[in-house]
Amino acid sequence: MILRRPSFWLILIVSASFIYLPLRGQNVPLREDLILVAVAIILASNLNLMIGYTGYVNFGHIVFYGLGGYIGLYLTTVRGWNLVLAALTAGVAVSFLALLFGLGILRLRGAYFALATIGVLQAVQAFVMNFDPWGRSTGMYLSFTSYQPWGGATRALWIDYYLIIGIMALSLILSLGIKISKFGLGLFAIRENEDAAAVLGVNTTLFKAIIYSVSAFLPAVAGALMFFKNGMIDPFVAFEFMLSLEGIVMLMLGGQGSVTGAALGAGMYEWLRSFLLTSPKLSDFQLVIAGGLLLVVVLFAPGGLIGWVYRLVPRSRGVIE
Amino acid sequence: MIDGLLVGSVYGLAAMGLSLIWGVMNVINLTHGAMIALGMFGMYLLFSAISTNPYILLLPVIGAGLILGIVVYWVAIHWVIGRPMLMSLLSTFAVNMMIIGIGTAVWSTSPYNVNFNLAGITVGSYTFTGNHIAAATAAVIIALSLETFLQRTRLGKAIRAVSDNREAAELMGISSTVVLAVAFGIGIALAVASGALVSTLFPFTILSGAVYQLKSFVVTVLAGLGKPLGALVAGVLLGLLEGVVTPFIAASWIPLIEFTLFVVVLVAFPRGIFGKVAA
Repeated sequence: MILRRPSFWLILIVSASFIYLPLRGQNVPLREDLILVAVAIILASNLNLMIGYTGYVNFGHIVFYGLGGYIGLYLTTVRGWNLVLAALTAGVAVSFLALLFGLGILRLRGAYFALATIGVLQAVQAFVMNFDPWGRSTGMYLSFTSYQPWGGATRALWIDYYLIIGIMALSLILSLGIKISKFGLGLFAIRENEDAAAVLGVNTTLFKAIIYSVSAFLPAVAGALMFFKNGMIDPFVAFEFMLSLEGIVMLMLGGQGSVTGAALGAGMYEWLRSFLLTSPKLSDFQLVIAGGLLLVVVLFAPGGLIGWVYRLVPRSRGVIE
Repeated sequence: MIDGLLVGSVYGLAAMGLSLIWGVMNVINLTHGAMIALGMFGMYLLFSAISTNPYILLLPVIGAGLILGIVVYWVAIHWVIGRPMLMSLLSTFAVNMMIIGIGTAVWSTSPYNVNFNLAGITVGSYTFTGNHIAAATAAVIIALSLETFLQRTRLGKAIRAVSDNREAAELMGISSTVVLAVAFGIGIALAVASGALVSTLFPFTILSGAVYQLKSFVVTVLAGLGKPLGALVAGVLLGLLEGVVTPFIAASWIPLIEFTLFVVVLVAFPRGIFGKVAA
């Protein structure tokens, strides 16, 4: 039972504090900081489902977030849909697309799959840049009428924030739920040895396609919510390859395969970035430092921060998932 | 169309490097784009310092690429050989981030160009740009000399032996570490060379390497990973394709076509379109 896992309650406590802290005194700057952390956690923990659980590197994970943002903004602005409905539709549509893509490219293994995900990202970006209803390379803007059902822009942004925190909590609970399920065991088996897993009766192609599609759902919803907050979208912001890669850095930093690790890595990386951006001397070297960190983690601590904690305190394995 | 063919040979050169590294050490080199960009800037810096014919300056640029490649091998690649694919993807990617980060800090992301023009050749009503012809010639010469090196010299044979079967090669007394380092160095030198050649054709920024890296992936996959000479041919084909479709559709659609082709070929012919012939 998921309710008996300490991590489950930890997720709820953290999410609740994310809601409570900025609410006290209507602290908008804190809210803006936390929203970035929340989105980073959503991206990293869903990416973890692919990289950490199944052992497949997805370099184009951001494509789900960007497409979700586009569909969400298109539905709310052009079609005049309700935000929640639009976000859910975006999630379902992107998951379905991912399932279709997945059934095709997941027949590839290892590095071939990783390369194909770069191809998918670039192809989708190139498509959107030429797609008239979505404003080609200039993108789209949110119309102010979209805020009206929520009682004005200020309230709409607060509600949007709560929704994003909700998605963050759901992402972590989903990761935990999959980890302790039989389905999760199947994924781990694929990660360890795909041929052996297939022989033992794991339908590997189906499992991989499902997890690829599942890992698309919440990022797409988050994309719709986040670009609603930003009020505009264009193909360069939506499908930024860099952000996709930062997700991988976060995951490796925290510890791939671990629910807490993904969240911790995302939090740490965002904190590090805010620190680097505010220091003018270092802001140019953000990439260099992120790259250096990734290299050090890969070479010397492949388990990330959580792997290090596990080694120090072996008993923590049972408590921190 | 002919221009496409000529530019294609430069794509092919970058892809040869990628293909060689893949074939010999089973590493997908994600530093390739950054190395191509470094090649462009290397050429730019040398050309601004000594303004002579840039095609002569190609030689020191290639030499520097070889050394850089060997250094990167020792820093980032050596430790992840034989570990899961994920690790080498991530470590090469980390190096890529560092190079791009430093490059952005030094040169920002504004465009540069190497201001040098060779006289073109006019055949009938059509003029071939001199730089295109020179770059393509240089690319073919480099490609052929690499092939000769791999076929004829002791070290070249050792590289092929390690790529065929690493354990057997070690048992025959070949030091695989040295071979891997050299092969990686040559792969990077090819990337740098193609970057240097591209810099004489088009304006570039520190980020333009990424575009050519993706093109090299497309080309390498078309040819089948680990087949250097096939990569050159596939590069020419890709350039030809770009040249042929440009008059009919907007240039902004080309990436979509290329990447669709890339994904389709990966799924349908994982061994590349030349796979059956070679296997």
